[in-house]
Amino acid sequence: MTDLLTMTAVEARAALDDKSISAVELTEAYLGAAQATEALNAYTEITHDKARDMAKASDARLAKGEGGALEGLPIGVKDLFCTEGVETTACSNILNGYKPVYESTVTQNLWTDGAVMLGKLNCDEFAMGSANETSARGKVSSPWTVDGDGQDYAPGGSSGGSAASVAARSSLMATGTDTGGSIRQPAAFCGVVGIKPTYGRCSRRGIVAFASSLDQAGPIARTVEDSALMLQSMVSHDLGDSTSVAEPMPDLMGQINDGIKGLKVGIPSEYTMDGMADEITAQWQEGRKWLEDAGATCVEVSLPHTKYALPTYYIVAPAEASSNLARYDGVRYGARVEGGSLDEMYANTRAAGFGEEVTRRILIGTYVLSAGYYDAYYIKAQKTRRLIQNDFIEVFKEVDLLLTPATPSAAFPLGQKDVDPVTMYLNDVFTVPASLAGVPAMSVPSGLASNGLPLGLQLIAPSFREDTLVKAGRVVEKAAGFAAIASRAAGV
Amino acid sequence: MVSRVARLARIHIDEERLEPMAQELSAILSWIEQLNEVNTDAVEPLASVTGHALPLRDDVVTDGNTPEAVVHNAPETTSGFFVVPKVVE
Repeated sequence: MTDLLTMTAVEARAALDDKSISAVELTEAYLGAAQATEALNAYTEITHDKARDMAKASDARLAKGEGGALEGLPIGVKDLFCTEGVETTACSNILNGYKPVYESTVTQNLWTDGAVMLGKLNCDEFAMGSANETSARGKVSSPWTVDGDGQDYAPGGSSGGSAASVAARSSLMATGTDTGGSIRQPAAFCGVVGIKPTYGRCSRRGIVAFASSLDQAGPIARTVEDSALMLQSMVSHDLGDSTSVAEPMPDLMGQINDGIKGLKVGIPSEYTMDGMADEITAQWQEGRKWLEDAGATCVEVSLPHTKYALPTYYIVAPAEASSNLARYDGVRYGARVEGGSLDEMYANTRAAGFGEEVTRRILIGTYVLSAGYYDAYYIKAQKTRRLIQNDFIEVFKEVDLLLTPATPSAAFPLGQKDVDPVTMYLNDVFTVPASLAGVPAMSVPSGLASNGLPLGLQLIAPSFREDTLVKAGRVVEKAAGFAAIASRAAGV
Repeated sequence: MVSRVARLARIHIDEERLEPMAQELSAILSWIEQLNEVNTDAVEPLASVTGHALPLRDDVVTDGNTPEAVVHNAPETTSGFFVVPKVVE
């Protein structure tokens, strides 16, 4: 069984084609692994029957030589994606019992290409968090541990269950969503690969909305090739999402091993912060050398408005969230708490249904959009956002790619007291700028911190250049030779 | 400030949470105020990164006639309608 769990998606797909394994065997191995690693709380629901039915159907298609690109590959789904007939709560109590009557476009694309659904994965409530600690379904523990300290570490967030399960080998690949770093930061914390594609590549239809001008779906996988394979299936031009783009997606797998000879890579001087560990800087310098060894030229560049990205994000995202989450009113979905009037019913329902961080962000968002403050906060943030996007537009006239650290530190222990919201927000300091600019970015595991926890590097490309991203990601991956396995992974 | 914003957001906040919440929100807002350093004169606000105009289509019915599906997840329904507390005396 362990052999099945150690295969990459690309290897498993080839083994399914040459009939050395079956989709049912592979799915059973992952269902077993999901069970065996239940203590991590990565899954909110394991959909055993659905997985077995889908695997059988995959084997039938493979037998007829009709297998799709992801045929028979078992995938976990972040609980932010609507899955028809399967409870979808965005890990919030306000959506308890919500069973969508339709499938999200992204997950439908995966199933159309033959993927097998293993279940739903834990995340921060409405994707608002950086440690998977705000989930109404409980915290997720990273499968990585530090020798001898006995503590549970944060898998990152908001796609914490997705990254943890891929690292724990309880799913082969997983969907994530990224609004300000929610794919890249947990991928870095868990030693796996995560891609946030260009805004508009993946349809938002059927993804529970957080901040619509920023939300993008993307893959979390063990290797750069696996993530490229999965991303290729996830993207589509969808009339069900008005911001979905029609630009054709380059064939990622066809050129992923082409190398980066002659590529010009920018090293942005602003991607550092007070108190950042030396090992993060050392890793970054090593990454630069890897790219140079592969024939790229690295140059120092400047993105002068970088330090304003995080405060800009914490106006724009809560503002959009306060508007998006207005729909949870106790009338159309989920739970209702009665009150003396309609307004009281709304207020009681929302007080009972939303957790603390979500409430905080709705209040911030409501405040910055309210009469008298709108110009000072919201319009100001939209103007600063343009300056941040202009930084990227200017720098990409000079270089083809940017290399930065993915996070300012390795994972931290769960349940730290006295962490104020702003300190938690700083986790996303290196991932938020690309989100605000809408450009594609990925994190690739690059090494281990001195305490044995994974570290990641971030690559950022111009809009629609996911091809550059995966080619460079493949170079970093090969040079890093990251082979460490989480101590609490299945089969270890 | 918190009780006014909470009323606008239709979220009930318990009396004893008002003061701690006010402090948390002020801490976030004062951190955000560093944006005042940025000169944004003559900068157009950015609402969408794609630069694409929103697509238009003919104003015709493309789906619907599925009242059961629409009310499927509602806490209270009757005959294909959402039920809300009485709003008119």
